[in-house]
Amino acid sequence: MSAARTALVVAALTLREASRRRVLLAVAVLTTVLLALSGWGFSRLAAEAASGGITSGEARLAASQILNLVMFGFSLIAALGTAFLAGPTLSGETESGIALSVLARPVRRSAFLLGKWLGLVAFGSGFIVLAGLAQVLLVRATADYWPPHPATALALLAAQTVVLLTLTTLLATAVSPMASGVVAIGLFGATWVAGVVGGLGDALGNEGLARVGDVSRMLLPTDGLWRGAMNAFQDPSVFAQIGLSDVQAFPFLSAAPLTATYLAWSALWVAMVGGLAALSFARKDL
Amino acid sequence: MTAAVTGELLDALPEAPAVWCSGLRKRYGSRAAVEDVSFEVRRGEVVGLLGPNGAGKTTVIKSLLGLVHPDAGEVVLLGRPVTDPAARARVGYLPELFRYQPWLTAAEVLALHVRLAGVGAGAQEQRECLALVGLGDRAGDRVGTFSKGMQQRLGLAVALVARPELVVLDEPTSALDPLGRADVRDVVMALRARGVAVLLNSHLIGEVERVCDRVVILDRGRVAASGTLAELLGQREVRLELTGVSPAAQARMAVLGRVERSGDWFTLALPADDDGDAVPDLVRDLAALGARVHAVEPSRISLEERLLGILREGADARAGAAR
Repeated sequence: MSAARTALVVAALTLREASRRRVLLAVAVLTTVLLALSGWGFSRLAAEAASGGITSGEARLAASQILNLVMFGFSLIAALGTAFLAGPTLSGETESGIALSVLARPVRRSAFLLGKWLGLVAFGSGFIVLAGLAQVLLVRATADYWPPHPATALALLAAQTVVLLTLTTLLATAVSPMASGVVAIGLFGATWVAGVVGGLGDALGNEGLARVGDVSRMLLPTDGLWRGAMNAFQDPSVFAQIGLSDVQAFPFLSAAPLTATYLAWSALWVAMVGGLAALSFARKDL
Repeated sequence: MTAAVTGELLDALPEAPAVWCSGLRKRYGSRAAVEDVSFEVRRGEVVGLLGPNGAGKTTVIKSLLGLVHPDAGEVVLLGRPVTDPAARARVGYLPELFRYQPWLTAAEVLALHVRLAGVGAGAQEQRECLALVGLGDRAGDRVGTFSKGMQQRLGLAVALVARPELVVLDEPTSALDPLGRADVRDVVMALRARGVAVLLNSHLIGEVERVCDRVVILDRGRVAASGTLAELLGQREVRLELTGVSPAAQARMAVLGRVERSGDWFTLALPADDDGDAVPDLVRDLAALGARVHAVEPSRISLEERLLGILREGADARAGAAR
């Protein structure tokens, strides 16, 4: 069987697993709750602006920040969902023995792993793009705010999910399902915190602190991509209103768009970590 | 030489054995699990893999299927090196640890394996396969609702569904009731009748003795003995209780070979080429020579006794070497 066909069969199986194990349902319920809550919040914001409680500029600034905050919630759901799905579907299957009969078929392990990864990518990115799009449309309907680059922002959120689940895939080839999920989420959180610390360093002009963010964004590109997405969601007038250093210090605003170099690095990072995962899985004794 | 060219050359050779392995070695840390294991399973042959717990049977099986990477040694399946995934295209496998996707139905599990194997076994063939293992009426049920025995039956169907030329069964009856064991026996017999090679690892020695053409006995990761059942178990014997034995009757018995006497009981070793006539002919002749035949008991050393003997010899040899 060709490697591409194997990968597609396994990817379809992974998606079917996500659906049958009610992961899709759980994620859909969480997303609906988050959408409803944020819809109510944005409509309150619009009502405040209409009644003259806040200026329209302040309303746009608030809408822009809250949008980023809600998107962070979605990216967290996507991260948790894919991280805790990748563990059981990969290392869980090798631990329980489900993988034995599958890998005794004429399939290459790298093709099997690629299939699992593709299934998870489709699940994670599909979720973030659909939920994010629903949120952007909701904000437009309730608060009349339309982000400057919604497509770029959603693509970067999807890329962030891909980075995290590639890391989880590598971990799942080496450690237990539970450990792989916990370590991946831990690193994701730590990188975000390091990004916030780096932002404070930038705002305060402290090079040492700023470097913490830079280094962590290189080691695990989730936070860098997230900042790029935030930048594409937020209103450009925010800089005129609160100044660059304040933007840098605030965790739900981003000072600059992503560079092409950083995007290339992220792609290379995914290829390298994915290759490492394939190597680790191919050498594993089942 | 590329794998494709090697594959073509191997295809051109006369039909290769179903399994050929040579010099397999595998260590886990400082513990040697498999040491220099070599054997083969010819086409259409049923070979039993026997040995105590921890003898390395499952490690050998997993090495044959490319699931475990041996530290040394070569494996060729159906004429192709196991490092080429295509070697496993016509191999069915029931693992010792049988688990299937609990979120799929039994029919979906079979369909998945048919797709992965890349064979054209249609829906009807898949249904027949489930019916063969007694799951015909559970095809649409989720595997998660199956008992262990039913999951093992499903595993057998998975091993059989993709038109295999070699079937590897690792403890195929561990979760089955006596009826299920008889079913597995029938399946193995049917496979042999169709020319499908079977490698069977089982603790149930009686099962192995009934269905296997040859046996490979592993002990502490090494091949302690191997051969056909006749080779391993030696000659058959017959015990006779006789009175009124004349010298002529004694001479008649001596024609067959060595005779041991204990009171009225005579124990005779039967010739290796006996086709089943030796005992009835002897009894007829003894009666004609005036001997009174009270009892005739054919006996053979059982595989279990032989296995225990081989394992004890191994343990004694190790103890001797340690002294």
